[in-house]
Amino acid sequence: MVDPAPAWDPSLFEPVQRSSIQTGVARPSLSYWQDAWRRLRKNPQAVVSLAIVVALLVFTLFGPLVWRVDPNAPELTRVSKGPSLRVEARVLPELPPFKQETVPDVPARPEADGATLPAPERLEWIGEPTIEAVRMRWTPVPGAAGYLVYRSEEPPAGGYLGLPVGTIDGGNTVSFEDSFNLEDRAYYYSVVGQNVAESKQAITRRVVLPPGVSLADAQTIQPGAKPGDVVRFPLRPFGTDSLGRDLLARLMAGARVSLFIGFCAPLLSLAIGVLIGGIAGYMGGSVDQWLMRITDFVIALPFLLFMILFKVAFGAGPGQSGISAMLVALVVLSWTSAARLTRGQVLQLRESEFVQASRLLGARPVYLLLRHLLPNTLGVILVSFTFAIPGAIFTEAFLSFIGMGVAPPTPSWGSMCNDGVQTFLTHPHELLLPAFFISIAVLAFNLLGDGLRDALDPKLRSVE
Amino acid sequence: MLTYTLKRIATGLLTVYFIATATFFAMHLVPGDPLAGNKAMRAEIRKNLEHKYGLDKPVLVQYGVFLGNMLKGDFGISFTQQNRLVNDIIKDHFPVSALLGVLALAVAACGGVLFGSLTALFRGKHVDRSVMFLVILAISVPGFVFAALAQYLAMRANSVAGRTLLPVAGWGTLRHMLLPALVLGLGTMAYVTRLMRSSLLEVVHQDYIRTARAKGLPKSRIFFSHQLRNAILPVVTILGPAIAGITTGGFVVETVFVIPGLGRYFVQAVQQLDYTVIMGLTVFYGGFLVFMVLAVDIAYAFIDPRISLTKART
Repeated sequence: MVDPAPAWDPSLFEPVQRSSIQTGVARPSLSYWQDAWRRLRKNPQAVVSLAIVVALLVFTLFGPLVWRVDPNAPELTRVSKGPSLRVEARVLPELPPFKQETVPDVPARPEADGATLPAPERLEWIGEPTIEAVRMRWTPVPGAAGYLVYRSEEPPAGGYLGLPVGTIDGGNTVSFEDSFNLEDRAYYYSVVGQNVAESKQAITRRVVLPPGVSLADAQTIQPGAKPGDVVRFPLRPFGTDSLGRDLLARLMAGARVSLFIGFCAPLLSLAIGVLIGGIAGYMGGSVDQWLMRITDFVIALPFLLFMILFKVAFGAGPGQSGISAMLVALVVLSWTSAARLTRGQVLQLRESEFVQASRLLGARPVYLLLRHLLPNTLGVILVSFTFAIPGAIFTEAFLSFIGMGVAPPTPSWGSMCNDGVQTFLTHPHELLLPAFFISIAVLAFNLLGDGLRDALDPKLRSVE
Repeated sequence: MLTYTLKRIATGLLTVYFIATATFFAMHLVPGDPLAGNKAMRAEIRKNLEHKYGLDKPVLVQYGVFLGNMLKGDFGISFTQQNRLVNDIIKDHFPVSALLGVLALAVAACGGVLFGSLTALFRGKHVDRSVMFLVILAISVPGFVFAALAQYLAMRANSVAGRTLLPVAGWGTLRHMLLPALVLGLGTMAYVTRLMRSSLLEVVHQDYIRTARAKGLPKSRIFFSHQLRNAILPVVTILGPAIAGITTGGFVVETVFVIPGLGRYFVQAVQQLDYTVIMGLTVFYGGFLVFMVLAVDIAYAFIDPRISLTKART
């Protein structure tokens, strides 16, 4: 039995004052992406990283328009030069031919113990030392059967005299010419006597070589150059590599390869992975089973071996850079993580209320997938994309470093590191510059990925 | 437990078989001549060589022979290294790689747990910030750059000290191993540090920590026997994949430091299409990795009693 409705009593109601109704929304509504962008902008690390990424893109896309130097043109007169802004040099006078100086009255005494020989008393330069040649003579050491000449860039310490640059046979030959890879800087030359064993006593002298350019080198730049002239040569702000190629131009060209692979490989593998993962997650059942078994199989393949095999199979032809082969290999081997990620997300979303509502309203599978499922996984996928970029850059660098990457002379940051590591001990800039660029790019993408993750998915916010 | 282990071993063997098959056919599809290294040779010599290595048979027959020999544990003779058995190559050079890997892993695990604890203890302080900066740096700089830098620094240190404190290349004594192990373990150490930090910070909010604090336990006791012990578990899980990473990184470190490990032979063999060495090392590495991951999973069940391997997993 239902109670009768209470009688209408107007005194219980009163009209609402118009001013107390809030019209409109308090804050402007933000879409998901607007909100993410707002969060990202608040994160200084992410903003700086984004700026670095943009700067790198400008560097590689517009740099070559400004800096028109052929990255593959060798300049054999200027090999392994350090970074410098100098563009002028004075041409050195022509060197007279070098004559060995011998003193007649030093008898070799084979019985003398080499280790206890005294050092030469005096060490002096013959002529003016230049970057073309340093010539020296020293006083003979009685009992020496020969001499060793060392060159060091730092003051010798603890018995380490530097690079052995010369061995002189015969105790009465007391001069030496060093013309090996000299640069305009300070050197320490040491001379020790030897007789079977090497003497512990050395004479060391410091020399500072002034900048200059030898006549022969100057004439390759300016055919009519004469000693005493000042020649201008092209600017090499980042120096040159061991073949005399401009490092700045190579870094720009190398960035193109490294960043191209860094962007395209993750992009393509994401496209494939999202498609396969989406289908697997949405269809479920045996389709899912089969697709996931294929994924497991690809994951189990030894990455490095197949990278190299793909590389050899697709692009080893002469004159080819091997970039596309590397791209194909990377994509074929790395779509799996995106597929698994997407599948997991789609499985989760498939059962959510809004998808069921849409299905109830008669949405077709393709529409569901494209309109609801994939857009909602986009955030997670974008984050994994950002983290995949440094991975791809690293892989390219690693492969090029072991000589299995892009074919020379095409530069990439990794292959430049490979070139640079061979001369690292004498000319560190050849390794450090490309290594710096790899590191800064990877760092920027990692931090940007952190920022994006925080911005797009507050649930996954890192504890840091 | 036993059924689970057996099942895992069976899947592992299947995986190795699949890897071996895929590698075998991929390798034979690659254009190139494994005998080309021996320059020009007469047709008869070539025929004899092909016969010796079984290259004159159809690929499917070769595959069958390979499988049969693999079951017997025989991987044949290297193409490029005269008359050297693949098994001997593994026997001679794997211990070197393994020792290097174990040292690197030890460096990574100890350093990572130590630095991770430091950052979590001093959260937000200078120690935390500087260690986390170094971690980001270690993740962002390629391993070969660290290797070259370490060599350079060691050389400078040696020249200042006037004697060889740390050899910059070669293998033999513990002093030879220090630098390569450090360089190899650095990347993994960074990951472990990160993981350890977030794991420790997560554990801090658990009820049992509050209980321990409420009981009035000393801070060090809470940290070591409650917080650290529980937070260290995720680190164990990543050790399996870390072993894979360290084997790959080993190629570079072995090249830069001139260490006679297996990694160098692997890269060399792939470059020269040395079929038998490629197959032998692939199967060996594959089996090794599968086994290590399994071992880590089993170890995990012993460390963490909450995890039961026999229950169905999702």
